[in-house]
Amino acid sequence: MRSDRGQRAPLGLKIAAACGLLFLHLPILLIFVYAFTTEEKSFVWPPPGLTTQWFAVTWNRPDVWDALTLSVRVAAISTAIALVLGTLCAAAVSQTHFFGREAISLLVILPIALPGIITGIALRSAFSLADIPFSFWTIVLGHATFCVVVVYNNAVARFRRTSGSMIEASMDLGADGFQTFRHVVLPNIATALLAGGMLAFALSFDEVIVTTFTAGQQQTVPIWMLEELIRPRQRPVTNVVAMVVVLVTLLPILVAYYLTRDGDQIAGSGK
Amino acid sequence: MRGALSDLFWRRPKFLLTLILAPPLLWLGIVYIGSLFALLAQSFFSIDEFSGLINREFTLKTYGDLLQAANLDIILRTVTMAALVTLASAVIAFPIAYYAARYARGRWKALFYLGVMLPLWSSYLVKIYAWKLILAKEGILTWLLAKLNLLWLLDAWLSLPIVGGNSLSVSFTGTFIVFVYVWLPFMILPVQAALERVPGNLVEASSDLGASPGQTFRNVLFPLALPGIVAGSIFTFSLTLGDYIIPQIIGTSRLFIGQAVYSQQGTAGNIPLAAAFTVVPIVIMGFYLWGAKRMGAFDAL
Repeated sequence: MRSDRGQRAPLGLKIAAACGLLFLHLPILLIFVYAFTTEEKSFVWPPPGLTTQWFAVTWNRPDVWDALTLSVRVAAISTAIALVLGTLCAAAVSQTHFFGREAISLLVILPIALPGIITGIALRSAFSLADIPFSFWTIVLGHATFCVVVVYNNAVARFRRTSGSMIEASMDLGADGFQTFRHVVLPNIATALLAGGMLAFALSFDEVIVTTFTAGQQQTVPIWMLEELIRPRQRPVTNVVAMVVVLVTLLPILVAYYLTRDGDQIAGSGK
Repeated sequence: MRGALSDLFWRRPKFLLTLILAPPLLWLGIVYIGSLFALLAQSFFSIDEFSGLINREFTLKTYGDLLQAANLDIILRTVTMAALVTLASAVIAFPIAYYAARYARGRWKALFYLGVMLPLWSSYLVKIYAWKLILAKEGILTWLLAKLNLLWLLDAWLSLPIVGGNSLSVSFTGTFIVFVYVWLPFMILPVQAALERVPGNLVEASSDLGASPGQTFRNVLFPLALPGIVAGSIFTFSLTLGDYIIPQIIGTSRLFIGQAVYSQQGTAGNIPLAAAFTVVPIVIMGFYLWGAKRMGAFDAL
């Protein structure tokens, strides 16, 4: 039977796919090696020696801590705003039919579909036209705007799988709208919201282009890194921060993955 | 009170809908669309060449400036780079997406998915930084090529006009590699989604009927994957058009649109020209999205 042979991948395809994945991962792994190098000035490979002293140096740098605190605060508040706005949008788009539904899903996607520099400079020119000074909140304003889409995507997918008959059953059993939301809808979408929130946090934590336009003098972690890339002061510290950033963003992504992985087992799906 | 409100929502679903939609629409409408219009309006202002002040009268003068040879050069360079990056991403993404869609099962499938998602979500700047380490003169690639006795090949490439330069980290080749690297996952995911929908027995039927793998690819797989590729290209193309950090960190002194926007609004203080520059990717992406929608790419997103 010829067609039986089709179940095993051809060798060429295997090699091409493996090379592609290696291409995606090797550069990131490299960062981990560089964080331990004894070389201070240049990018010499292979590292002349290995040391952990740069972790201590980084730990004692106040500018690194300032950037980290600002990034975490911005990401937390932006995620909170995005969670509310994204869930509301997803609920409206998935549960009802109304005129302009398509336009709303386009509106939500637009801030990340258009290049970041457009979002950035648009916000900046709006701030300057409206005489709004740069602050913590101008950064949050930008971040929340493009974080909405991540929450929205996760929530909309879950809403579509959640059966409407469960909501009707809850109403039939005498629960009012708020009780139904609290005890039926929310538990169903909770993990999707958590996943969306995690991704929104990671997105905000990493955002650099929009931030350069909305931040004024303040430095988030990516802005700090950008500064170090253009005008390096102490290269090994940059290596360590880069490694920490990889680890910090890895965690939410893995959590988000495990939360949405078993999406097929949502109560009421397949009805 | 709560019950009454709940009843009101039940009887008047429109009211509930308005209440639900108001906050996100107000936010996105005012903050985002409002800003976009503010930007668009600025592009019709002009800058007074003597005082450097912005003249808030509607004029097309700034768009005239945009059409100067130097600026057209920037636009052409950026669009060419975006097209090349898109093409290369599609070529590299296809085998990964196809393997993941057709052959990977269970644990492997999850591994492939994470294998694409982790680089996608990893820090953008860290990825660029990693490539600086690889492409720099004293970096890994030079070391590797020296070990393989292939340094002459690198030198020959770097001596080429346009694509070459002092080292890979200050050349268009370097810019190209990093663009492809950073946007590649955005291409893999939609292509994989499109290929998942191709029934396996379609490929088998094609080979049973005597088609070579190449023919099956050209006549069966590629046409069915095309909406996915177009969907992926929306990201790779748009992201390249707007990026200014990659060409700034790994690239030559010849500008891309994003860098032009950044320097016009920053050091040059010419916000109208910066705004006019941003209209270019908006218009290009407008046409691109329109074409993509006609090709059914949105269903593959």
